[in-house]
Amino acid sequence: MTIIQTKSSTTNKVLNYPLNTWYVAAWDHEVTRKLISRTVADKPLAIYRTEDGRPVALADACWHRLAPLSMGKVLPKDEIQCPYHGIVYNSAGRCVSMPAQETINPSATVPSYPVVERHRFLWVWLGDATLANPDTIPDMHQMDHPDWAGDGLTIPVTCNYQLVLDNLMDLTHEEFVHGSSIGQAELSESDFEVTHDDTTVTVSRWMRGIDAPPFWLKNMRDKFPGFTGKVDRWQIIHFEAPSTICIDVGVAKAGTGAPEGDRSQGVNGYVMNTITPETARSAHYFWAFMRNYRLESQLITTQLRAGVTGVFKEDEDMLQAQQAAIDANPDYEFYNLNIDAGGLWVRRLIERMLEAEGRPVSAGRAGRVSSAN
Amino acid sequence: MAATNIEVWQQATVIETDAVATNIQRIVLAPTLPKRAEPGSHVDLFVTIDGERHKRSYSIVDSTEDGSRIAISVLQAPLSRGGSIFMHALRPGDTLEITQPLQNFPLRVGAPGYVLLAGGIGVTAMVNMARVLKNLGANYTLVYTARSRERMAYLPELLALHGDNLQVHIDDEGTALSVADLVGGIAPDTELYMCGPIRLMDAVRRSWRERELNDPNLRFETFGNSGWYDPEEFIVRVPRLGVETRVPAGRSMLEALEDAGVEMMFDCRKGECGLCEVKVLALEGAIDHRDVFYSERQQHATQKMCCCVSRAVTSPTGRQTDASPGGPAIVTINVS
Repeated sequence: MTIIQTKSSTTNKVLNYPLNTWYVAAWDHEVTRKLISRTVADKPLAIYRTEDGRPVALADACWHRLAPLSMGKVLPKDEIQCPYHGIVYNSAGRCVSMPAQETINPSATVPSYPVVERHRFLWVWLGDATLANPDTIPDMHQMDHPDWAGDGLTIPVTCNYQLVLDNLMDLTHEEFVHGSSIGQAELSESDFEVTHDDTTVTVSRWMRGIDAPPFWLKNMRDKFPGFTGKVDRWQIIHFEAPSTICIDVGVAKAGTGAPEGDRSQGVNGYVMNTITPETARSAHYFWAFMRNYRLESQLITTQLRAGVTGVFKEDEDMLQAQQAAIDANPDYEFYNLNIDAGGLWVRRLIERMLEAEGRPVSAGRAGRVSSAN
Repeated sequence: MAATNIEVWQQATVIETDAVATNIQRIVLAPTLPKRAEPGSHVDLFVTIDGERHKRSYSIVDSTEDGSRIAISVLQAPLSRGGSIFMHALRPGDTLEITQPLQNFPLRVGAPGYVLLAGGIGVTAMVNMARVLKNLGANYTLVYTARSRERMAYLPELLALHGDNLQVHIDDEGTALSVADLVGGIAPDTELYMCGPIRLMDAVRRSWRERELNDPNLRFETFGNSGWYDPEEFIVRVPRLGVETRVPAGRSMLEALEDAGVEMMFDCRKGECGLCEVKVLALEGAIDHRDVFYSERQQHATQKMCCCVSRAVTSPTGRQTDASPGGPAIVTINVS
């Protein structure tokens, strides 16, 4: 009998990252006339704004002796100066001034990466610049749309970005990790549906006629003061390759038609998540919680941001412990459960992107991504 | 781009060779470690001249997406130092030692406008850039100039692909390029990429400065192998070390000094970095500065020269046939 080997993701416990894609490098408010250093996909970047407000991402290493340009200073117009020998570059990464000589070496350039400011984030493209199409930036329009209000933060996590995606694609963990806020037994008792196409994966779960957990009861009472009673709760997890997950979440008074599309008797939020690989073992986890009710209340914005921060701290602790355990047990494989269907579709889409780029699928054991598959 | 330019050496097999213009041979290579070739990239390779290995650089004209086939094109110049003769003798099945694609001439995506200027064999650096700009839907003009039509490699293909975006200037058809008009018509944010003979590139640089256009928007690559003068044999003296040696027409002054046992400092060996600078103490003849390290003012001062590319000559016209019958030029120098 011939056993046909089908594609398995279980051996790639931590994934490499595609390069021909947009990653969030920073929040809009972090990009100023003061240089910052941020590593995205193992590439250190020096990020700043030109005098006329344009964001710029240059490689954070001077052409000459690789001194970090982020330690230098911004100059008028669009230029920055290396802190070591004073070499000046423009926003295209071209040297415009060299010390002690009357000409400029024609090869003196540092890479300048395509950047786009959208949805309150600065997106950067580190792969083949001729393929950088801003239309492929994930839809996170709730971030700055007038129908939505909210805010978020960045979590530095010391784990492979893929582990964060796994975490968000299967929310049954809420019952165990987030028991005091959003977790409840019905999460793992209710059925879910998974769909996918070439670049997206969607996992939908409805829980009908349940008690609202503390986080959601508070939100209901913000909109419907004094609310008591059962709710219909939903979680529609929408992944866009390679690392953005927007989760449509909410509860409505039970039996008022939310599953059929009438959410007027409920509260609706969007958990916006985009995870930027920093190295093979660390990521910048950008998140925000947006809502479409009580838009005028800065108090609710602050409360929600604080509440979700607490919830995500519980995830962060788990993810970092998980990564440490993965690295401490190199001989053990992952096994998968039925609840991992969404996460495994995510892994498969990312693996396809990596194969199309001709890059290894697996991230190395520690430190930087290895060159071997 | 410092980090991306690590030389990875590999074998390459010649797949096909084809004459694509007078004295220009197209050579398609299959490398053992293929890597995608970005627009503006080149390979370094070893040629053999009189039994000795010498490094040469050639722009990648086109390649397959994965870099498993790359094409270069080589002009056999009448005053070749021997490298182009070696390259023209290659036949399918021959093997070479070459690097993976190297990048010193990156094309920036996102400029509001582009002019690509190709002079003669310099077109090899522009074919891939022009194709990429066309695919991107960029606002670009490819300007291709040469002395005669039969010396122009890839002209039919470029005409077919670029149509009205291609401007052709041919000296002996009375349509010679006016550099002043070309640079005069350039919008302030347009980037100009050029590769061609030094006289053309010097003329563009001068016009660029006169128009006070933005310096970093003028992009060029020099492999340091053409000058205002034909190469002549000359004599170099280093009195401090008691060295006197001949620099044959087919060898650089840096190589001749190394041959004579002088320990020299250098890096790029193509007239860009200035590390091989020598002090000129005395000169019989003139200096043919072929570097881009010195400003025009510094070149005119004749106090220093980049010995990797620059030469001493006697010919008042630049033509080798007008070299002084009274003997070779003599340059007396000191080294670091």
